[in-house]
This record gives sequence, structure tokens and C-alpha cells, in this order.
Amino acid sequence: MSAISKPSDTLAFEPVLTRYIGKKDSHTLDFYLSHGGYDAAKRVVRDYKPDEVIDAVKKSGLRGRGGAGFPCGLKWSFVPKKTDKPKYLVCNADESEPGTFKDRVINEEDPHQLLEGILITCWAVGIETAYIYIRGEMWRGAQRLKAAIDEAYAKGYLGKKIFGKKFNLDVTVHRGAGAYICGEETGMLSSLEGGRGYPKLKPPFPAVEGLFRCPTVVNNVETLANLPHIFNRGIEWYRSIGTEESPGPKLFCVSGHVNKPGVYERPLGIPLRELIYDVCGGIPGDRGIRAVIPGGSSAPFLGPDELDTPMSYEGLKDAGSMLGSAGVIVLDDTTDLLSALLNVGKFYHHESCGQCTPCREGCGWVEKILQRMHDGRGRSEDIDLVDEICNQMVGKTICVLSDALAMPAQSVLKKFRPELEKLIAQGRPDVLCELAREPSPAL
Amino acid sequence: MSRELSPEAQKEFDWLVTRYPQREAAMLPTLRLIEREFGCIDPEGMKLCAQLIGCSPAKVFGVVTFYTHYKRETDGENVVYVCGTLPCALRGSDALADYLCDRVGIGLGETTEDRKITIKKVECLALCDQAPVCQVEDVDWLRVSKEKADEMLESLGIPKRETAGAAAGGEEKRS
Ligand SMILES: Cc1cc2nc3c(=O)[nH]c(=O)nc-3n(C[C@H](O)[C@H](O)[C@H](O)COP(=O)(O)O)c2cc1C
Ligand code: SF4
Repeated sequence: MSAISKPSDTLAFEPVLTRYIGKKDSHTLDFYLSHGGYDAAKRVVRDYKPDEVIDAVKKSGLRGRGGAGFPCGLKWSFVPKKTDKPKYLVCNADESEPGTFKDRVINEEDPHQLLEGILITCWAVGIETAYIYIRGEMWRGAQRLKAAIDEAYAKGYLGKKIFGKKFNLDVTVHRGAGAYICGEETGMLSSLEGGRGYPKLKPPFPAVEGLFRCPTVVNNVETLANLPHIFNRGIEWYRSIGTEESPGPKLFCVSGHVNKPGVYERPLGIPLRELIYDVCGGIPGDRGIRAVIPGGSSAPFLGPDELDTPMSYEGLKDAGSMLGSAGVIVLDDTTDLLSALLNVGKFYHHESCGQCTPCREGCGWVEKILQRMHDGRGRSEDIDLVDEICNQMVGKTICVLSDALAMPAQSVLKKFRPELEKLIAQGRPDVLCELAREPSPAL
Repeated sequence: MSRELSPEAQKEFDWLVTRYPQREAAMLPTLRLIEREFGCIDPEGMKLCAQLIGCSPAKVFGVVTFYTHYKRETDGENVVYVCGTLPCALRGSDALADYLCDRVGIGLGETTEDRKITIKKVECLALCDQAPVCQVEDVDWLRVSKEKADEMLESLGIPKRETAGAAAGGEEKRS
């Protein structure tokens, strides 16, 4: 891997995506317009050819904020230019990855920022129909988005002949109904088509054959929200934030054992330590850190000796983990790791869609064995057994939900093995096995 | 007697199907509509959905049972969802679920005899900085302590305990 470049100054950073969050009426069109809202989309639609937009987004280095970090402009360029089929945009607002709560902020507090990003995308790719797939539990986000869409139609920013150009666009909010797997892009498309949220084999990739078997762009809410700023302030400005390989601002969601959990916008590449101690006020009771999950529960755990890891795509990859959705879950040194991992195992077992044997059975077995270790019935060979099952779960399934349990599980087995061995040997007579004995909003 | 949508709901449905190039894609929103109209999705509701969409009731059944967030006829009038995923668990959601079940007198996933309340575990509600979190119908309950849990239950018609705190001993100390 290339050397990790230094992130831009994190102290001098001024929020971009969350600049107006918390201001009164930030979700309304009037507010958005009073701060230069839709200027970028107007300029793009009037002055840019679609290819020029794609090119600019490629040059900006914007990478997908939904989990995989795929270059946004490159993904758009895979959509065939000459096709008789309609093309679609599906905005991924499913936000179900444990520890992730950033898209919610945009949907609820600044929905026009997202709509403007959608306009720019659809102009660039030649799309006339877009859906925002929002998870069913987010009723307020759905309301706010619907209201914003109504406002935009009334103003002529959606509908026919937008900004006086030959450009039509319809946007519809589509509510999910409680299934993590619908966040996976092909599962989402199956769900949108009106079925069970079963992921589909790739290739074909959605860019070529997606929704209704037509070319489809799938992008995360935060990815799209970056676009107006790139066109308002320029590529050079955008690339001055973050690192060479991970440009731009990022919403970090910090939860668990920190004094000030929340969504914080910082440049990509901010060291994990700075995020936890300077931004989030450190650990309650000045306790130490046992482990940190840096990118949602699908990301391998980091140990306390890895706090200097830069929170960039490349930095976390080099550390053997991933930035994922930037859902940072902090576990202090009183946390029972086995309970934490068991919780994660239960989640993936529950959310596996069941199509692939290694995932459906593997997640279940991993949960079962962790449960018996947790209950004091662990066997000395259990650690290796879980590890072996995980090996069989990686790279063998339709989607990567299976990997999303195997990878964090294996990281815990590897990094905290002596601790787990001790727990198995003890048969866990201690009461540490619970993560918290009281409902504890304040720690 | 087969069911029908109210005129307003029918209008909404007619609009819905114009938003998708294929009728079946209106399935999830149509189920929401039926859920709202009839309070839950039961076999009759599924049949109605099948009629509206133009597919078999079996297809609708397959879809409904894939998802966890539709209200079903087996659920109580109010479903209390308690988030149990890691960030909430780190802040005591297991203990919170136990407390709620104990106060209501049912187990997790069960419904009271008068069919007023169901308590269910739910996966990450994307409010992790507000942990532990519950959702009751369209209300998010944030940073739910035992006191707040009592308040939440009171809103569902379960009076507060007179000696809350004293009975369990000292837990009100965590501020
Ligand atoms: C199991 C699973 C769950 C996912 N959940 C989400 C999600 O909730 N939100 C999201 O934006 N992406 C999610 N993704 C990633 C999407 O598949 C997809 O990569 C992303 O939406 C692409 O948008 P981006 O390039 O803008 O990041 C998930 C992936 C997997 C494998
Ligand atoms: S890996 Fe798991 S979630 Fe993904 S398609 Fe296969 S069974 Fe379903």
C-alpha cells in the first residue's frame, strides 16, 4: 500500500455537510435557498455537459460513504451511455449498520442538500427517475424528505424542464420495513421491486443491470450530499480536505463508552485518538480502552495499541480493518469482549437473508458457540472452531453480510485470544458477562 | 366480505402506482397503507394488497414475513421496540428490556393479555448517541433510564410505581 498521506489540518476545519444542522428550520426550502441552496445544481445543469460532471466528480476523489468507499465518479461512468432502457438512481438511506447514525441527520435536518446532490447525479448520468430508499423505522426522516420533495416540485426544481433545460426528474421516497439486508445495494433493489430483500449475484452490477433490470446508480445519502459543495467550491478546495486517497469531509458517528457520543464532521484521516479524546471528550471515568470498532459492526475491531490509526479508507485498510460507514463504537476496559462479540453475532444471524448456506448456517453456528463460551460452557477448542467456521464464511456468498460477521469475529479471536482462553478456562463464574447492569444513558 | 380501502386511501394508492414503472414495486408502500387503514396487516389485509397489486396472496405473504417492521394481527395495540444492538447494549439495553418486561408482566416478544402492549427487541435504530433507545409507534424515546421507562409506560396507560427507585435500590444515583 502507498504511504499514508497526512490529513489536512483537523483543527482549522469548518463543517461542510453539517454547517447548518441545528439551525432553526434548516430542513425547509426557504432556509436552504437563503444560504445559496440549489446554486450548484442550477449551474451544473445549465453550464456542464453530463460527461463534464462525471469527470469533475472523478477528479474530486469523492468515495462512497455507504461502506465500500468506491470512487463515486467511476461508478457513474460504468452506466452505459447508449441504452434504450430508462436509468435509475436509488439513494441508499437504509442506514442500518450498527453504530451508524449520520444519514439520519441529513434526511431530517437538511434534506434539500440531499435533493440537490440527487439533481446533480441525475443530470450527470441521464436519469429521470430516482428513489430514496429509507428504512421503515425512520418515520421523521421520511416525512421531512417527502415535504422537501413537495417543496422542490412546487418550485420547479423537480418535475419537467428543470432549470429551463431538457431535464425531467421525479423523486419518490420509498420506505423499507425493517431488514438490515435491504441496505446491501442489490437487496435494496429486490426490496424496491416489491419482493423480499434478497441480494443478487454480481455481476451484473447495478450500473449495468439494476432496478427493473435497467442501469442503476446506487449511492449513499452522505455521498450525494457532498456533491453540491464540490461544485460550489471547486475540486481544489475539496481535495484540500482529508488525505490524498480519501479527500473530503466525513461524518463520524461515535457511540458506546465516550463522554460525548454524537455525529461529528471532520476531515477524513483524523487520527482515531483525536476523535475519541479531543472531539468526544474521552472515556467516562477516565477508564482505558479495550477495543474500538471503527466502521460499523462489520469492521474488524482495533485494540488499544491502534488508536493512532488515521480514520481514512487507506489508513484503516492498512490497519486490517475498514472505514465502512464510520460508525465508531468505543468499548472501555471494563467491557466484556465476549458479550460484545456475541451481541454482534446475534445481529448478523438475525439479519442473514438465508439464501446462502455459509452465511445462514455460519452466522448461526458462530452465535451458538459464542453463546456457550459466554455461558461458561466453552471448550478449549472453541476459539479455533469459530475461526475455522469464519474461514468458510468469507468470499463464498452472494453478498458480504457473511464476511461482515466473520471479519470482526476473527479480529477478536486474533487480537484478544489470551483473554478469551482465560474466560473459557474459568468457565466464567464472574458476573462480568453483562455489558451493563442498568439502563445507563449517562455513564 | 372482502375489504376495501377508504376513498382517500384509494386515492393515495392510485397515486402510488404512478410512481413506479411496475405495479409490484408499489408493494411495500401499499402494505404501509393497509397497515395504517386497518391497524395491522392480517390475512385479509394481505388479500387486499394482492388484489390491488395484482399478484397472488402467497407472494404478499412471502414479502410481509420477510420484514419485521409491519404491524401484524398478533401484535398488541402498541409495540414497544427496545433496541438491543451493541451501542445500546453497552448502555444497558438488556437491563432496560428486563425492566420493561418485568413492569408490564410479559416476556420479550410477548403481548399482554388485554392486547394493549407488545415488547420486542429491535436491531440498531440509528440513534446510537442517544442510547439506550426505544421506539413506540412513531415516537423515539431517547436515553431511556428507568425513570424515563416509567414515563414511557405511563404514556401507554401503565401507572408509575409509587416507590420507583427505592424498590430496586439506589439505581437513581447514576446521573
Ligand atoms: C450487509 C450490507 C449492508 C449495507 N448497508 C448499507 C446501508 O445501510 N447504507 C448504505 O448506504 N450502504 C450500505 N451498504 C453498502 C451498499 O451495498 C452500497 O455499497 C452503497 O450504498 C453504495 O453507495 P456509495 O458508493 O455511495 O457508498 C451495505 C452493504 C452490505 C453488504
Ligand atoms: S451472504 Fe447472507 S445475507 Fe447475503 S445473500 Fe447470502 S445469505 Fe443472504
